[in-house]
Amino acid sequence: MSFWEELRAYKDFDFDGFLRRTSPEDVRRVLGGESRAPLDFLTLLAPAAAGCLEEMARRAQDITRRNFGNVILLYTPLYLANHCVNHCRYCSFNAGHRIERRQLSMDEIREEAEAIAGLGFQDLLVLTGESRSVTPISYLEEALGVLKGYFPALGLEIYPLTTDEYRRLIEAGADYLTIYQEVYNPQVYAYMHPRGPKRDYFFRLDAPERAAASGMRGVTIGALLGLDDWRRETFFTGLHAAYLQRKFPQVEVGVSVPRVRPNVGGFIPPVSVDDRELTQIILALRFFLPRAGISVSTRERPWLRDHLLRLGVTRISAASVTAVGGHARPEVGTEQFQPADNRTVEEIKAAIIACGYQPVFKDWHRLW
Amino acid sequence: MTKEDRLVIGGKSLKSRLFIGTGKLPNKLLPGVIAASGTEVVTVALRRVDFRSPQENPVAYIPENVIIMPNTSGARNAEEAVKIARLAQAAGCGNWVKIEVITDQKYLLPDNEETVKATEILAKEGFVVLPYIMPDLIIARRLEEVGAAAVMPLGAPIGSNRGLRSREFLRILVEEITTIPVIVDAGIGKPSEAAAAMEMGVDAVLVNTAVATAGDPVLMAGAFAAAVKAGREGYLAGLGPSSLYASASSPLTGFLHEVSK
Repeated sequence: MSFWEELRAYKDFDFDGFLRRTSPEDVRRVLGGESRAPLDFLTLLAPAAAGCLEEMARRAQDITRRNFGNVILLYTPLYLANHCVNHCRYCSFNAGHRIERRQLSMDEIREEAEAIAGLGFQDLLVLTGESRSVTPISYLEEALGVLKGYFPALGLEIYPLTTDEYRRLIEAGADYLTIYQEVYNPQVYAYMHPRGPKRDYFFRLDAPERAAASGMRGVTIGALLGLDDWRRETFFTGLHAAYLQRKFPQVEVGVSVPRVRPNVGGFIPPVSVDDRELTQIILALRFFLPRAGISVSTRERPWLRDHLLRLGVTRISAASVTAVGGHARPEVGTEQFQPADNRTVEEIKAAIIACGYQPVFKDWHRLW
Repeated sequence: MTKEDRLVIGGKSLKSRLFIGTGKLPNKLLPGVIAASGTEVVTVALRRVDFRSPQENPVAYIPENVIIMPNTSGARNAEEAVKIARLAQAAGCGNWVKIEVITDQKYLLPDNEETVKATEILAKEGFVVLPYIMPDLIIARRLEEVGAAAVMPLGAPIGSNRGLRSREFLRILVEEITTIPVIVDAGIGKPSEAAAAMEMGVDAVLVNTAVATAGDPVLMAGAFAAAVKAGREGYLAGLGPSSLYASASSPLTGFLHEVSK
């Protein structure tokens, strides 16, 4: 059984009708109750819920503080390579773009690791484009072997792998996996990914559960907001997370809410998701998934991130460099996207403390 | 009489019967919370202990006379819990350990079976082991046998602030587990619930979320301290029997007195 079967069950569901009929009273009934059925979640994503954001925010804050306390985990990404064979319309690393392609050597990885660890980070998210020839599993294994020495927790955000390959990388030091479906609507998925192995919708859809089955401690999923109707996309993201929680109760399941950012190629997202809508998305996810970590990256600006901290977010990235090798040598390379929050780690820590929260750099300690 | 009332665990004699969890509190609030609570045992997740930057550590905010009880949060089986306990000891966190083995991330319910395994191994190694468990008498007896220093049954799921939902089972543990202390961990949301637990005869309570999420955590820590003391004294004083029925003016068994006349 795959999540696809659950997703397919909504094929003929009248989303527009349900969302249109949902009233503010329906929203308040869900917020006041304990039921967390899929349609309760969808109720909170309805246009009517936009008028109940304050009530949703209070509920979300209460749920988050009870489950996670007043604590925010800080992490940062490290891009190993920007070689990619895919043609994702929204991504700067698109194989069709004429950008300088780079790949870090093991020495350069060590340099980057030192620079990042020097900033205080202990939780690192390792990223690469999809290129099995330039960045094969053996390269990733070697890179993790180096990074293990610097970081007690390592996450991966890379192309989807087989169960055996995930096992190899866990063995090499990976603790967590982030993989976004990008868009759950198969038609839009096909349009957004015109060429390359990423065209395989199902291999990607099942990747989080292959990782979970391989023994990954946690998986974070998400839809790239802006590619299709955000209400449905968020609904399926939530359902996917709940499915993973049910099937792999030992795995920490998280969700992320990335919005499309300016990129090489000038892709304009077909759907706009404004700040109020992003807030509604986070609040609805928090209610539906009380125990799921929610990440907000430097795709969002400081003002918004500081406000979202109080509403359900549990992890934020900081001091993000989305170009390959940019930590040790800031002058190099093309960014995957332009970060919107360019504050230093110290500035972000101070902002978190000012909100009454504790910034933490470490939330896991690799045991082997 | 209450002057000599002490809780003895792992050879330590404790005056306070309130343990405090740190996982949800900003570090800077810790000293105030610890002082107001009068606690002598504070639990810290090893997964959060930052070995590289001591100033970022919750441990740095805990006074020296307070026992640090590292917990094995994040462990998914006995093997991981044992490894975490050893790491904590090697890092200088002492030999107390709260075993937390969680195989359900959604409800954070403890895995009793793995917990027994980890307790047995660590107790043999000389750790003072306090396992977090579902309130199950059979498991608590097993833990008693394998050398646990106390048992820590949950009152309700972690972070739920729902109070003593497992009251009937806690009552059984209080009754039957007599060689080691019974400490209610998780679920206590209000000082009155801590007092109720102590009145039942549990030996101590551990509170985290209720203090951390209070509007004024320091004031709440003091309120819990007072509640735990009141509940304990109520228990020691011997609560009067309560009855649902008022004494009838014409007792149903009054005739028995007539017979005896």
